[in-house]
Amino acid sequence: MILLELFIGFLKVGCFAFGGAYGAIPLIRDVVLSYGWLDDEMLTYMIAVSESTPGPIMVNLATYVGSSQAGILGSLVATLAVVLPSFIIILLVTALLKAVLKNPYVQAVLRGLKPCMIGIILATGVYMIIRNGVVIQNSSLMIRPLILTLVLGAIYFGSRKIEKRGMSPILLICLSAIAGIAAYGL
Amino acid sequence: MNLLLDLFLTFAKVGLFTFGGGYAMIALIENTCVEKKQWITHDEMMNITVVAESTPGPIAINCATYVGYKQKGFAGALIATIGMILPSFCIIFAISKFLDHFLEITWIAHAFQGIKIAVGILILDAAIKMLQKMQKKPMPRAFMLCAFAAMLLINIFSVRISSIILMLTCGLISLIIFTVKKPAAKGGAGK
Repeated sequence: MILLELFIGFLKVGCFAFGGAYGAIPLIRDVVLSYGWLDDEMLTYMIAVSESTPGPIMVNLATYVGSSQAGILGSLVATLAVVLPSFIIILLVTALLKAVLKNPYVQAVLRGLKPCMIGIILATGVYMIIRNGVVIQNSSLMIRPLILTLVLGAIYFGSRKIEKRGMSPILLICLSAIAGIAAYGL
Repeated sequence: MNLLLDLFLTFAKVGLFTFGGGYAMIALIENTCVEKKQWITHDEMMNITVVAESTPGPIAINCATYVGYKQKGFAGALIATIGMILPSFCIIFAISKFLDHFLEITWIAHAFQGIKIAVGILILDAAIKMLQKMQKKPMPRAFMLCAFAAMLLINIFSVRISSIILMLTCGLISLIIFTVKKPAAKGGAGK
């Protein structure tokens, strides 16, 4: 049954993941948390791992979640499910339905769908930063996560001011790992 | 060389050497498929990018499927897509086997305390970039703000409403507005 759940869960992700790699993250969070496959903490770690390894992020996440739930078979099923919708859609678009995307009604739906996706991604980013940065334990604000958030945020967004392209996501992840070790280990 | 094998190896290489997904891959795919192999033209590459933006799924998969189909029909599409996925599948599968043990090591757990903050920043950054490219009109802004507020509330109060519901609702509202406005636009200045 877990295989069927994995298939349906990631099929949903594959069907609605507009807006590239990061568009899929709120959806995957949705699916993974509601089935209870991973907790938020573990999922966040895996997003970082997916970002730092080659390949599309949503495919990487599907492979990982599938494997953690049902081994090699689970990872195969989840990966297949996440890729299947875009595979079929592209085949249809190139083979017979080129006009569909130009259809004014389809365009109207997409005009509503895309800004909505952006709002969802923005909310996910804001929520994750607040949840990881502002941690309250025993009714006192934890200082380390807050400082880490401010410093890393300043470095990442500040690097754009110095150089136009700014730093790469992988560099930020490496830097944040070092910062984490320094803040908690020393 | 056999074309199917060539498709497979080429996309496996793209899949192995593109980090971060998304638009980082387009440059490599363009370089390989348009310039080196000349499987598709530059215009086709532009088209597929536009189509990829209006369809769900990773853009790299969309490109692989399209190029494979153009070269060798369904079999080509299948082989190119599998080639694209296989390297990262193997890497992530290997990682999934030892990540749990890995996280039990103290200093690695500390590192991930920092990393999880970086992930939030990266997601926020992706959203800001999309916002900047979004049309500066009232309609998209309204959809964006409503979805933002709704999703934030859903997260904070852990409500069981899928973001898919939000997207479908926005798509539907946009369709209704378009259908209602259309006759008026025809009578008026025209669109």
